[in-house]
Amino acid sequence: MRAFDWIQPKTLDQVLELLPGPRDTKQRDRVKLLAGGQDLLGELKEYLVQPEQVVDLKSLPGLAALEFAADGGITISALVTLAALESSAELRTRSPMIAEAAGSVASVQIRNQGTVGGNLCQRPRCWYYRREQALCIKKGGAECFAYGGLNKYNAILGGGPSYIVHPSDLAPALVAAGASAVIRGKKGERRIELERFFTLPSEGSVLRENVLAPDELLLRVEVPPQTGWRSTYLKFRERSSYDFALSAVALALKLDGGTVREARIVLGGVAPIPWRADKAEAALVGKKIDDASCKQAAELALVGAEALQYNGYKIPLTQALITKALRKLS
Amino acid sequence: MSDVAGSHDDRPHARDGVLTRRSFFKGAGVVAAGGLVGEAVHAAAHSMSLEPVRLSGEVEIELSINGALQKLKVEPRTTLLNALRNHCNPPLTGAKLVCDRGSCGACTVHLDGQPVYSCMTLAVACVGRAVTTIEGLGAPGQLNEVQQAFCEHDASMCGFCTPGFVMSISACLERKPDATLDEIKHACAGNLCRCGTYPHVFDAALSAGRALRAKGGKR
Repeated sequence: MRAFDWIQPKTLDQVLELLPGPRDTKQRDRVKLLAGGQDLLGELKEYLVQPEQVVDLKSLPGLAALEFAADGGITISALVTLAALESSAELRTRSPMIAEAAGSVASVQIRNQGTVGGNLCQRPRCWYYRREQALCIKKGGAECFAYGGLNKYNAILGGGPSYIVHPSDLAPALVAAGASAVIRGKKGERRIELERFFTLPSEGSVLRENVLAPDELLLRVEVPPQTGWRSTYLKFRERSSYDFALSAVALALKLDGGTVREARIVLGGVAPIPWRADKAEAALVGKKIDDASCKQAAELALVGAEALQYNGYKIPLTQALITKALRKLS
Repeated sequence: MSDVAGSHDDRPHARDGVLTRRSFFKGAGVVAAGGLVGEAVHAAAHSMSLEPVRLSGEVEIELSINGALQKLKVEPRTTLLNALRNHCNPPLTGAKLVCDRGSCGACTVHLDGQPVYSCMTLAVACVGRAVTTIEGLGAPGQLNEVQQAFCEHDASMCGFCTPGFVMSISACLERKPDATLDEIKHACAGNLCRCGTYPHVFDAALSAGRALRAKGGKR
């Protein structure tokens, strides 16, 4: 990796001073924020980013808090480690889906260092993107090499002009829980639904995966009370020991007797963003979980899916995961 | 500034002559450090001051490694793995450089008692934290329970992944000496063995757990 200056600020204001201006996208990669470093170090080693300054956030006060409010809400600050989420008994009680998703990320070693903020802001794993020599559309090039290339791990939903999949396990679970993101920039704080935090390559900049401006960082995620919801996160990996998701389903259901009152289905590993299957959610309301409703939900969730040459398996795989998750919660 | 002192300086290169891998690395490390012009910032930089710490070029840091403080000259980009293997005196070569991307587990060390990939950790970010390597777990003649069990159960073939597995399993059993087979598998899911000695590794881990429990009972 290229040499850089390492800066460890003691306050959030000092971090903000180091960041470029809100519209200064050209300066964006001059300064990189380091939390757990499990994604950034890989990018540095592959020369995908060559910052002049790396700003270590680990000694900032107050950014590692995992808090459980009396009303059932959960506040997860950006520097909370994935290991802390995985091992929190209170989180597992309040939202099994979030704890399961955290525990499914990578390996013990990565979960011990990797943070919630880093997991949500991590860059794509597409092998063309990760290869220094491949100037793909995610790096300012003209085309997505995965589209006509080796695309076994790429998107079946929401693709174009880039066909990356969002690699986060936590993101689908947090979106399904209705979480909000609290973002801080030079001009102050803003809050958005986490679902709106992520951007499709056709909506926002194709170079980015979220709405963060160059002067902004993610401070925390706030999860509303999950009272009355049952939830689970199912992830299918090519290698069972540890791997990114080929496909994953975050499912939350509010049941009344055996009847679905509300449903949230968010897919991971299949689209450039955590993919909300809203048609399938709507179709489940008022129904019991049985063969017919599972089949309908699984089909509706994949409406619009377009397989590339090597990733057609993701369609039946995702449908099977949705059915399995529905069966598990019913 | 060249990349010589960066993540590539611990890569073996084909060379003529009689340099051993080890002596080549040590030489490369010294040449790189000597050829760098950087301000020497001392460990005092990591003080309680409210000003940001700023490190640039070659810097001297103080790390707690296996219970002893050691001064090392590194760059901000030097990984903990590189620092241990090439900047420590004597070099701590138990943690292995294999994938260098946080995928194989051969470089596993403990940071404040938790297993981490030292290849995915910057040395400068470890100031003030306790680093434990395989050399710190035991010594010949005084092996810890996991190391002893690995010997008894023939749990290594080529042995390259072994230190990483021992670090992961030791941390797991430290917290939970009665860990089940599934819990042990979960604890070392981030360690790969290309020889495929997993069954012996798991036997050794279960046996080490029994040994730790027996020892705990006698206390």
